Amino acid sequence: MSDLRELYEEVILDHNRNPRNYPRRPEKTNHSAHGFNPVCGDEFFVHLHVDENGIIQDIGFDGAGCAISTASASLMTEALKGLHTDEVERLFGQVHSLLTEERQVGGPDDFLGKLTVLTGVKQYPMRVKCATLAWHTMRAAIADDSETVCTE
Amino acid sequence: MIEIESGTRRFPPTALSAEVATAPSVSFPAAKESAASPDKHPERRSSKGSFDVEAMRAEFPILSQQVNGHPLSYLDNGATTQKPQRVIDTLRRYYESDNANIHRGLHSLSERATRDCDKARETIRSFINASDQREIIFVRGTTEALNLVAQSYARPRLQADDEILITTLEHHSNIVPWQLVCRQTGAKLRVAPIHDSGELDLEALKGMLGPRTRVVALTHVSNALGTVNPVADIIEMARAQGAITVLDGAQAVAHGAIDVQDLNCDFYAFSGHKVYGPTGIGVLFGRKCLLEEMEPWQGGGDMIRTVSFEESTWNELPYRFEAGTPNIAGIIGLGAAIEFMASIDMDAVVAHEKDLLAYATEALDGLSNIRIIGTARHKAGILSFVMDGVHPHDIGTIADQHGVAIRAGHHCAMPLMKRYRVPATSRASLALYNDRKDIDALVTSLQKTKEIFRL
Ligand SMILES: Cc1ncc(COP(=O)(O)O)c(C=O)c1O
Repeated sequence: MSDLRELYEEVILDHNRNPRNYPRRPEKTNHSAHGFNPVCGDEFFVHLHVDENGIIQDIGFDGAGCAISTASASLMTEALKGLHTDEVERLFGQVHSLLTEERQVGGPDDFLGKLTVLTGVKQYPMRVKCATLAWHTMRAAIADDSETVCTE
Repeated sequence: MIEIESGTRRFPPTALSAEVATAPSVSFPAAKESAASPDKHPERRSSKGSFDVEAMRAEFPILSQQVNGHPLSYLDNGATTQKPQRVIDTLRRYYESDNANIHRGLHSLSERATRDCDKARETIRSFINASDQREIIFVRGTTEALNLVAQSYARPRLQADDEILITTLEHHSNIVPWQLVCRQTGAKLRVAPIHDSGELDLEALKGMLGPRTRVVALTHVSNALGTVNPVADIIEMARAQGAITVLDGAQAVAHGAIDVQDLNCDFYAFSGHKVYGPTGIGVLFGRKCLLEEMEPWQGGGDMIRTVSFEESTWNELPYRFEAGTPNIAGIIGLGAAIEFMASIDMDAVVAHEKDLLAYATEALDGLSNIRIIGTARHKAGILSFVMDGVHPHDIGTIADQHGVAIRAGHHCAMPLMKRYRVPATSRASLALYNDRKDIDALVTSLQKTKEIFRL
């Protein structure tokens, strides 16, 4: 059962129990999106305040989901604050490969930081969509895509 | 623009008060008070002497495997059941020695395949006690059966302000086809409420029945809660108002004897894969006099008598509703599954599953932080529950690591989840081959879940 401890890592449990920037919609929010997984009912709203230089000044989320999706959303809000929107795609790419590929973490251009706790999800392919829901929603928010994001 | 709902809570509590309606009479055998009270000693065998679980398990080869290092405890029978060896052998034999199209070839293979399909139809007719083979229509499953009735019976007959009555318990497949008909005809969809126990509010349902009600469509057994509805009473009430009745039997057929004449329903739908048969095959029973009046739903080969570019004429029942080459292996496989069902003592199965449900209910009641959703007095072997502070998905993953297959989600019953104000539940659903070890494994995995989440 050591596997389960890798999935439900301490940091993940903590972020599930006490999600950061939740439930919160920053006052100066100028990008929002809705994400929904119709298969399991996980549902998040992600709200960002991006300033005129493209820097994410503030981010919050709201909604409900499983421990993996909630923790991933919470960790995401911590990781994104202060990033330029151009860097977001690169970070997302790293998170995605962390979740889906045999990827060594801790390389020189790795800026996953605390997000590496999500690595245990890789052993549970059915749960990858949980971990990525908030991320897809955040990307849709930045792109001002008003369609509900679906991960199935 | 997205609004945050103020006070959004992650696991809103539900009010599961003990409020219940007056006792409905129920014709479904699972509802009869025939089972023994649960005995306190877990053991492999059912407390009913005539039912040997061990022997039953031996018929299902898939059950002997290990999953994630544990013996498989398959508790997702509401989604689909496993197949006995004889069904698997039948499918194999068909493809190995009889594969041919039916009603078309003059050769021996076609003759054998045709004969086996006809035989399956008769087996099924007899199993649900329909009066005539022509009332048994092969479809893909419950979903297709319900859509057939909606499009072929309801759509041409309904007008604006006619009403279709369903219930809060319905699976999406008994909601959406009617919504489509409403959109097409202007008819109105009405939804009978339930009590917190998961039992239909019969008084309210009665009040919603009226001269405008043309169709009453409801589930025999709720897939999400396990409630066994008093369908015979409801059918009688509906008939008194001149409405036709459509029963979704998807969760009922594997768990009690069905007698469509006794029920006196107009249509009855079920899926082969939930009754130990193959996927992709199901049955619509329809009263002959209604089927005869209905236009075909799909056109194509086999459903016609003559075709010209000016006009075509339809084949007789049931072929009129079976356009195209059917799922021949599926039909024959379903026939084998139903023969299997017919060969076992249904009363003993009902008693066994009831005993197991009582055992599981008691075990889950004994765990703190767990709340069972659906506490109707008459339930089939389905146990839906939520754990405070843990999402059903996380429970599902942890259970799987213990070899326990359960479902986590909305069970294709989103309006029902909304009724209970939960996004999803975990659901253990039983079949005749489950035993107390399966329940014990579930309980162990739930204890482990609590441990991981520090509850
Ligand atoms: C009550 C109920 N109705 C209808 C269906 C749909 O059955 P199928 O998907 O086999 O068409 C199901 C299966 O999930 C069910 O449980």
